[in-house]
Amino acid sequence: MNRSGAFLEILREAGFDFFTGVPDSTFQPLLAEIASRPDLGYVTAVSENVAVGIATGSYLGGRRPVIFMQNSGLALAMNALGSLAAIYRIPMLLVIGWRGHDGSDSPEHALLGAATPALLDALRLPFFVPDAESLHSDVARAAQTLDTQPGPCALLCKPGVVC
Amino acid sequence: MLRAEAIAAVLSKIGDELVVAANGWISREACAASDRSENFYMLGSMGLAAPIGFGLALARPERRVVIFDGDGNLLMTLGTLAMIGDLRPPNFLHIVFDNEVYGSTGGQRSATANIALDALARAAGYADVRRAVTAEELDAAIDALLAATGPAFLLVKVIAESNGTAPRVPHEPEALAKRFRAALEIA
Repeated sequence: MNRSGAFLEILREAGFDFFTGVPDSTFQPLLAEIASRPDLGYVTAVSENVAVGIATGSYLGGRRPVIFMQNSGLALAMNALGSLAAIYRIPMLLVIGWRGHDGSDSPEHALLGAATPALLDALRLPFFVPDAESLHSDVARAAQTLDTQPGPCALLCKPGVVC
Repeated sequence: MLRAEAIAAVLSKIGDELVVAANGWISREACAASDRSENFYMLGSMGLAAPIGFGLALARPERRVVIFDGDGNLLMTLGTLAMIGDLRPPNFLHIVFDNEVYGSTGGQRSATANIALDALARAAGYADVRRAVTAEELDAAIDALLAATGPAFLLVKVIAESNGTAPRVPHEPEALAKRFRAALEIA
């Protein structure tokens, strides 16, 4: 199994059974793996705030959702996270590709890349920054966080960590 | 037709359908007309009524989901129409109460005086698209909508009011999510 397939298995083992999101370039191999797996029922959302809505609806229907997104989309989804997922306490795992994490990315990622942890903190949204070695245990910790503190929880992923 | 009357007319014909109501007066008037556990009221997150209903319809294909949307709400996430027209969930029934203004913020005009949302839904690939302006048209359109194979769209043109009278939704948001899932017998 390739790394993307292994990551999807980790998510499924942790009980996640609904997948949506907006494409991120750092997740290309993962998204290709998802596209080859119609059994996952992945839904491409038109924007990240819409993805938060879709994930919320899936939870209301009994599912445990994951959203794949880029950190630029986190900024777009702030209101959906703050005025829907957080206050209704909707458990959802955000798997966020972190562009601009070290200041060496293209200009459009510089400001929001540096601000991404602060944006999550501002929402009081618990998050983990896995490396390849901690990925499995960080998914387990995030899944546990969703059970003990229902609401959104994030894995903030530098390029190359999940796929 | 007043929006509150149109919302009450729809709810009077609802059976076991799941309802997702947009924030503002739409949720308030739905709650005042018929507060059911199978109603989910948005308090904030403007624009997300249809996305929430879409996720719900995909998660529960055996249940029919009715969205109570507004023109300002739908315009905020208009790309949602394309997503729904693409995946075509047959249990997705989308009602837009269109008063051509942003009613909850004081009545500022929206684009729908000149833009036909039902035509956009048809172009996006909704399977069943209707429009109601009078109470008689709405009565027939609700019956047709509830019997339709979706995705279905019903545009209800309503009068812009300076203010409604329905009280705020009295439930806490976490309690709304819990009672909705309990109605679906989810632990």
